[in-house]
Formats: sequence, structure tokens, C-alpha cells
Amino acid sequence: MPIDEIDRQIIQATQAGLPLVREPYQAVAEQLGLSAQVVMLHMAEMQQTGVIRRIAAVPNHYKLGYRYNGMTVWDVEDSHVDELGQKVAKLSFVSHCYQRPRHLPDWPYNLFAMVHGKTEADAEQQVAIIAELLGEQASSHEVLYSTKILKKTGLRIGG
Amino acid sequence: MDTTDKIIVNRLQQGFPICASPYQRVAEELGIAEAELLTRLQALLADGVLSRFGPMYHAEQMGGALTLAALKVPEERFDEVTDIVNSFPEVAHNYARNHLLNMWFVLATEKPEQVQSVIAEIERQTGLVVYNMPKISEYYVGLQLEA
Repeated sequence: MPIDEIDRQIIQATQAGLPLVREPYQAVAEQLGLSAQVVMLHMAEMQQTGVIRRIAAVPNHYKLGYRYNGMTVWDVEDSHVDELGQKVAKLSFVSHCYQRPRHLPDWPYNLFAMVHGKTEADAEQQVAIIAELLGEQASSHEVLYSTKILKKTGLRIGG
Repeated sequence: MDTTDKIIVNRLQQGFPICASPYQRVAEELGIAEAELLTRLQALLADGVLSRFGPMYHAEQMGGALTLAALKVPEERFDEVTDIVNSFPEVAHNYARNHLLNMWFVLATEKPEQVQSVIAEIERQTGLVVYNMPKISEYYVGLQLEA
């Protein structure tokens, strides 16, 4: 769903965040010389088409106590990856799950699932549950814990 | 963070209404005053408990592209390479990870062809090979972290 010029202006005005004032959409509208009605209509439409995933708070994992954020990566047969990916995605603690390309020989993994634990034991247990679910269908895996957030701004489009 | 902050963080991860006075509506739902919600939200952002609050835009749905990419950065060049990678507005997230591939970043671009040009530019400026890992299939995305 391509965006129109008004959508584009709204994205630029709100990509850093929604104004923290009583009538935030009115504030965006004033900044852009539009009516609040038009801004809300366009945002509702973008939400419907998925251009806006949702309007929400994005927490810093570490500050909420989630210190063990692991990208678990698995080498599974390409012919089974969809079936296995869908199974892993159903686990309540998995926040993201994707098939991605391998980069042989250094990177044999094609299934990615993110887990988040407050303790190392929590995270390790989550990894163990995925390992058990995949069983022998995963020939190898690794867990890459994030050690530092270097940047977390979300999408930014230019002017 | 007290209990009220936790309730706010949990509630605001789920979604925020589009209406004339949305803070008022959420505040009522939570049984607090609108002014208190705004003050607390401001503090949660200032303290870095929240990275941001607002619309989460989806690059692909607006006709652009998204990819995950990784670099093997020599330890002694880590800060320098971080500065180069982070300087690109197309880099939406960037994380250090405990692996030989020790820097992982997400590119979100308005036009699909920008992914390749940004990767080429990062390779040129860093002298490192970018491992591009665009998704082939998405099985689930639904991050909710309970505060």
C-alpha cells in the first residue's frame, strides 16, 4: 500500500514519537497545516493497511529487567523450515520468528527466534524448550545475546 | 518504577487510540488522571524505560524495505564502526552481540533499492563485509514485555 503525500508528512512529524500533549493529533495537524480530522483519518487508514503496526510504547528491554535477550539461530532443513517456524512461533515467550538466508560456510543458520529472560536461567530454559521442540530436525544452533543497545530509533524517512 | 508505571508500560505496549483526547481515554481506563499519565509517560521516556512512544511504522507496508544485517567488527574498531553504522538514518536498530558476527542492525528504507545502496555505503566506509539477512518468511512478530 503506497503512501500519499499527507501520509508522508504525518510519518515525518511522528516518527520520533507522538506529542505528549492532551490532543496529540491536533498538535500534529497544526504543525502540518492540516485539520485534526484529516490527520486522524490518515493515521487510522495507515493502521488498517499495516503501514502503522500499532501506536504504542517501545520499552528498553534492559530497563524492564530483561537482561538476557537472545537471538536463537537454528540450522534446519529448508524443506521443513516453514512447519518448524510456525511451531516455534507459537511458543508464548518467542517475540519474533523468521526464516533468513544462510551465509555458508560461516553462517549455516536459517531459522531465527528471539527470546527474552530476566535471568540467564530463564533464557536458557526458553532455548532448551525450542531445542526440544525442534529435536533432531535442527542440526546445530547458537544463541547470540545482545550485550548493548547501540541504537534504537525505529524507522526514519528523510525530508 | 512503581506499580502505576508498570501498568502504564504494559497498557501502552498494546496500542493507543486515535481520537481527539486519547490520553484522557487511556487514563480513564487505568483509573488515573490524564495529567498524571502524561507526566509519568514523559518521565518513562526521559529515564529511558521507554525507547519511544508513538506510531510504529512498517517500512515494507509503505512500499519500502527492511533487512537484518551483521558485521564482524574487529574489537579495537568497535566504537568507530558503531559511529559509522549509526550515522545512517536508515539504521533503525543496532545491537552488539556475543559472537564473531558481533554487530547486528536493522535497515528500514523508504524505497526497496535503498537497502543495497546503504549496505554498499556501509561496506565502503567501514571496509567490512556486510552479511545481509533479509527475511524469507515471517512466522511471528509480537513483542510484549511485561514490566
